[in-house]
Amino acid sequence: MSWNEPGGGNNRPRDPWGSNDQGPPDLDEALKKLNQQLKSLFGGGKGGSGSGNNSAGGGGGQLPKALIAVVIAGAIAVWGVMGFYQIDQQERAVVLRFGEYAGTLQPGLQWNPPIIDEVVTVNTTKVRAASFREVMLTQDENIVEVSMSVQYVIDNPENFVLNVRDPEISLQHASQSALRHVVGDTTMDSALTEGRVAIAGEVADRLQQYLNDYGTGILVSKINIDESKPPAQVQGAFDDVIKAREDEERVKDEAESYANGIVPESRGRAQRMLEEANAYREQVVASAEGEAERFTQLLTEYRKSPEVTRERLYLDAMQAVLSNTNKVLVDVEGGNNMMYIPLDKLAPKAGLNAISGSSSQGLTERQIRQITDQVTEQLRRDVNSTNSRRGGR
Amino acid sequence: MSTKQMFTGVLLIIGIMVFSNSVYIVRATERGVLLKFGEVVNPNLQPGLHFKVPFVNNVRLFDGRILTVDSTPERFFTQEKKALIVDSYAKFRVIDTAKFYTATNGEEARASGLLAQRINAGLRNEVAVRTVQEVVSGERDELMESITVGLSEVAALELGVEVIDVRVKKIDLPPDVSESVYRRMNAEREKEANELRSQGRELAEGIRAAADREVTVIEANAFRESEILRGEGDAVATSTYADAFNQDPEFYAFNRSLKAYQETFSGGGDMMLLKPDSDFFKYLRDPKAGL
Repeated sequence: MSWNEPGGGNNRPRDPWGSNDQGPPDLDEALKKLNQQLKSLFGGGKGGSGSGNNSAGGGGGQLPKALIAVVIAGAIAVWGVMGFYQIDQQERAVVLRFGEYAGTLQPGLQWNPPIIDEVVTVNTTKVRAASFREVMLTQDENIVEVSMSVQYVIDNPENFVLNVRDPEISLQHASQSALRHVVGDTTMDSALTEGRVAIAGEVADRLQQYLNDYGTGILVSKINIDESKPPAQVQGAFDDVIKAREDEERVKDEAESYANGIVPESRGRAQRMLEEANAYREQVVASAEGEAERFTQLLTEYRKSPEVTRERLYLDAMQAVLSNTNKVLVDVEGGNNMMYIPLDKLAPKAGLNAISGSSSQGLTERQIRQITDQVTEQLRRDVNSTNSRRGGR
Repeated sequence: MSTKQMFTGVLLIIGIMVFSNSVYIVRATERGVLLKFGEVVNPNLQPGLHFKVPFVNNVRLFDGRILTVDSTPERFFTQEKKALIVDSYAKFRVIDTAKFYTATNGEEARASGLLAQRINAGLRNEVAVRTVQEVVSGERDELMESITVGLSEVAALELGVEVIDVRVKKIDLPPDVSESVYRRMNAEREKEANELRSQGRELAEGIRAAADREVTVIEANAFRESEILRGEGDAVATSTYADAFNQDPEFYAFNRSLKAYQETFSGGGDMMLLKPDSDFFKYLRDPKAGL
């Protein structure tokens, strides 16, 4: 070790290779020597007088020595100042001293010797998020597309920095695994509809378990299943199911509207039937009472003078009947029993009279008169009077 | 002076070289072995500042954190000979640095490669004894657990690493199988849609029929009620008539007959052939007939 050899003031020069001495003492001594030499170099005045050997350069080294001292002092000052840093309220700092974990620092102004200490600051309050969109199998071997977002914070900065390489990539892997696992345990219908919340909860538990196993120092704060839908290849069919559901409702509504239309109507008709029946009852009862009363009263009068009343009633009735009909008086005993009565001509006339309007009546009457000129004058007058009465009606 | 100063300068440089060569740092994230002429003398270096003899001792440092092996997706066959594409990852950490160094020369990529091979072999075996259903949902945990157990033994023994877990990221069907799954899903949805539609029609028909029934019942009941009412009316009327007419049935018959004659011949189209000797015409024949 050559640094022992040139020691001018050293009175114990020796060869390290030749000696039996151990390394460390040798090193110590060498350091001591080096120190001495440095002292003699920088603090030339004092060191030089002690040794007396390098007095030759003593006077000339005065100014550079001071300069060097200033530079060194400046370097130390800069080094010291560089050691100051601040930790924000959101952050924690993991300190590694010569690579060894030396503690986690709280917010505030901190000082650590640069180069010796390495400081890694980690934001521990910021909620970070990662999102995934995955196509996966469900329990019933259907395929669903799920997009999920994970919100997480770093709750243990020491673990986060030291335990796992790429903790956030580990988080991604673990999230995917957990999501697929949970969806694989869920049926498609559940995954697409009401099961989402349960899935999110289970994924959160499972993911946190994985992350704890790895010691990532990550705390999962929330898992959201943003969307779960059937894959694009079957989206149409799923939409059609929704449409079918609407159709079902629509058809039902239509039927209900039909029902709502006809039932009240029929209740109305039923009401009408009842009213009509009531009316009929009232009517027949009233008319029966009326008729009965009329009869009773008539009977009372009739009993007072039956003969006359009977005769009168009979004649009134016969008058009404005969004045209203075509009449042929046939005196059979008069001998003229080969009388021709054109019934076929008379009968249609009556029919025509009943059917046709008054405009065609004149002509018909004249024809009849011509045809029935054998009928008696009395009859002809009667016919005329009857027809004119009907025509005026 | 000048030779002396030069000499000290050289000395200083050499000193720094030697010093830098004899000091090393093991970070908290690292594990390391200390070698002496290639032989492992300290297999477990603690984090911190360490010294060594330059040129005699050598230090090999490895990443001591949990590392990830992300194996490529592979196609495996299940018990029922169905293909599945499985993508997995494993987390491992170096525990036995000496063994790790000897087995892989400290090369992490090599360790990852070896682990990935073993994981795939393990997956192949585990998937082969299970059905798709079991792999996808039922026994995922068991499957992973048994691979992890099997693997960590071998890995600890041969590679000096601890396998923390093996997890399946993806279990997918191959594309052609996916197509048939999509077709099946489509068919199932179609079935559901048809079912819904015909259910709707069923319900609608039921609603209509119920309404029709209600209508019929309402009207039938109304008919019954109305007939009863009419009957009541008829009964009352009949008894009224009977009471009145029973006072003198003969006169009633006479009176009613007259009324009936009048009404019968009220049409006007009738023709009567009369004999003049009828009672009505008795005065027509003989003005003194009544005397």
